[in-house]
Amino acid sequence: MAVGKVTFSKAEREKLAEVLWLLNWISVVTGVTLFALGLFLKVEIQKWAEVMSEQGTLYVPHMLITTGLAACCINYLGGKICLDCADTNKFLRWKLVMMPYIICTFFFTSCVLAGALMCYSIRSQLEESLFLGLRNAMRYYKDTDTPGRCYLKRTVDMLQIQFQCCGNTGYRDWFQIQWISTRYLDMTSSAVVDRLRSNVEGQYLMDGVPFSCCSTFSPRPCIQQQLSNRTAHIHYDQQSQQQNLWRRGCRQALLDHYTGIMESIGLTVLLIWLFELLVLTGVRYLQTAMENVLRLGDPDLESDGWILENSLAEMARSNFNIIKNLGKCYQVDDDPNINIPTAAAEREVSSRQVQVPVTG
Amino acid sequence: MALMLVKFDLKKRVKLAQSVWFMYWFAVLAGVLVFSMGLFFKIELRKRSELMDNNESHFLPNLLIFMGLIACGINAFGGKVCYDSLDPTKFAKWKPMLKAFLMFCVVFNALLFVTALLCFLMRIPFQFTLAEGLRNGMKYYKDTDTPGRCYMKRTLDLMQMEFRCCGNDNYRDWFEIQWVSNRYLDFSAKEVRDRIGSNVDGQYLMDGVPFSCCNPSSPRPCIQLQMTNNTAHYSYDHYTEELNVWKRGCRDALLSYYGGMMNTIGALVLLVIMLEIAVTIGMQYVNSSLSTLANPEDPESESEGWILEKTVKETFTDIMDKMKAMGKGGKVEEGAEAGVATVS
Repeated sequence: MAVGKVTFSKAEREKLAEVLWLLNWISVVTGVTLFALGLFLKVEIQKWAEVMSEQGTLYVPHMLITTGLAACCINYLGGKICLDCADTNKFLRWKLVMMPYIICTFFFTSCVLAGALMCYSIRSQLEESLFLGLRNAMRYYKDTDTPGRCYLKRTVDMLQIQFQCCGNTGYRDWFQIQWISTRYLDMTSSAVVDRLRSNVEGQYLMDGVPFSCCSTFSPRPCIQQQLSNRTAHIHYDQQSQQQNLWRRGCRQALLDHYTGIMESIGLTVLLIWLFELLVLTGVRYLQTAMENVLRLGDPDLESDGWILENSLAEMARSNFNIIKNLGKCYQVDDDPNINIPTAAAEREVSSRQVQVPVTG
Repeated sequence: MALMLVKFDLKKRVKLAQSVWFMYWFAVLAGVLVFSMGLFFKIELRKRSELMDNNESHFLPNLLIFMGLIACGINAFGGKVCYDSLDPTKFAKWKPMLKAFLMFCVVFNALLFVTALLCFLMRIPFQFTLAEGLRNGMKYYKDTDTPGRCYMKRTLDLMQMEFRCCGNDNYRDWFEIQWVSNRYLDFSAKEVRDRIGSNVDGQYLMDGVPFSCCNPSSPRPCIQLQMTNNTAHYSYDHYTEELNVWKRGCRDALLSYYGGMMNTIGALVLLVIMLEIAVTIGMQYVNSSLSTLANPEDPESESEGWILEKTVKETFTDIMDKMKAMGKGGKVEEGAEAGVATVS
């Protein structure tokens, strides 16, 4: 009982081959698109790689890049095959390659689906990575003289300016770390020494933020120091406080940015997957139709095409039987009691074999 | 003696017509390019018109848009004529217009050249517009409660951050104006009153700059206030401090940005002019080769093509004579009228 059986006349087979050739070429273009999307995502992640704690998220763009390249190759080959399939003579060249090609394409199509689903599932890993990365970046903000960390200040400032955010969760994160290097602190001043002594770790903590937290929407010049002290600034009311600095945390800002990108990429990859599935189905129909026509002998006759020769249940059963028989084959060969027979030895072996089940 | 005479047979004429048709299509694309460059330039000027006091001249982008549209039109027309030139019957209806069309093309090329020249020269008046506009912009920085000027602070802050510049000529321009609004000054404090009293206009001047002047590449947290007071900050010397705030002035930064844009547009317009000259010469060859057929009935006969029918000098004297004749013709008419008038 074939699955999805359709009858094709000669003209229909030729039309199918032509259409599939065109679709395969379009698939090459979509493969290039997939490659470009992977490259774009990689560049975007690398841009802010310094504020992410590990590069584990890079496997998504790498997957997209390799799948895109594979798509180009597979669909180019598919285009060539489909063009030749219009003619039964040329089809004979590809007859043996077709089945492995279809199985390969099936696995590749599932890779495309996996890539699309990965785009949606990466959010939680990204959030964790951003939380740790931003915390470290803020801790090393002051270390502009340490090799390897000297550009973190610039990166964090540019991040806060570009994404209009401040701190990890909010601007108060800056109150909990020392972001002014001790090189620029006057250790002879009593105010500085008091502040250093006022906490366990001997850090110069203050209720101030860097200049990059300043909001451009504020109607008053930016207030960066003594933020918790209402009386230090004139007319420093609730509204002034709200508009003065950026309210959003940078973790949330970056997460939104990357989630937006990955959702659009995921949607595009899903559409590409559907298209690839369509092409794969068409190629399978063409393959079965051409094989059946060859079996019938006359290239002008009608032939059937299908997706699966028998129903899924029968196919599973036959595969299971094959596996069982494989097992039986090996059992018989490894039995040490069986000799390579002469005629008498054969009779002996068969009588012994008959005896064993009776006694056992 | 014709200028650059070339002999044509049928095959050569066909090849010429086809290549000139092809070049006309490129010329249409070039016209589209000029149009889009004019549009882009206009949009860029509108984006920052606040910084130029809404005084900036839109003459150049408008001219580019206009020229682009005309270029598309005449190149499409020329392409059609070339396409029809392969068929003698179709070409016959275009033939009378061709001389006028070619004259128009020459005039258009001259105008394009003037446009390209303008692109390079507009920099100079632009400089003055920018200087004036920025100075006024900085004056209105604090007026975030005045309708019509409330966005000036945001515009200036964004511009200083985007173009990495501070002030008009340099950061000291901020020391000369009051950029903190009176609403946020504590008039009960003695220090504020002293500062306001210390100058003729009663302005609160200070040696500080807004936060948008800060340079993120600086190794130390940004010093915005008391910038000229070395003792106010630990280990700070304002004479040698290079990275604290942006050193460049915004007038320079904006001028180099727009100047670069105008130079690129000017260079592209020059390239478009060269293409236009090539298609005009090609069209002249097509016209002349099709009008000098040895045997007018036989399309396969030989013919000659040229740029000018006579030498440059002779053509020039011809034109001068024609103009003189036109002038004299007018004078003769006047004389006759005067004669008539005196008689009557």
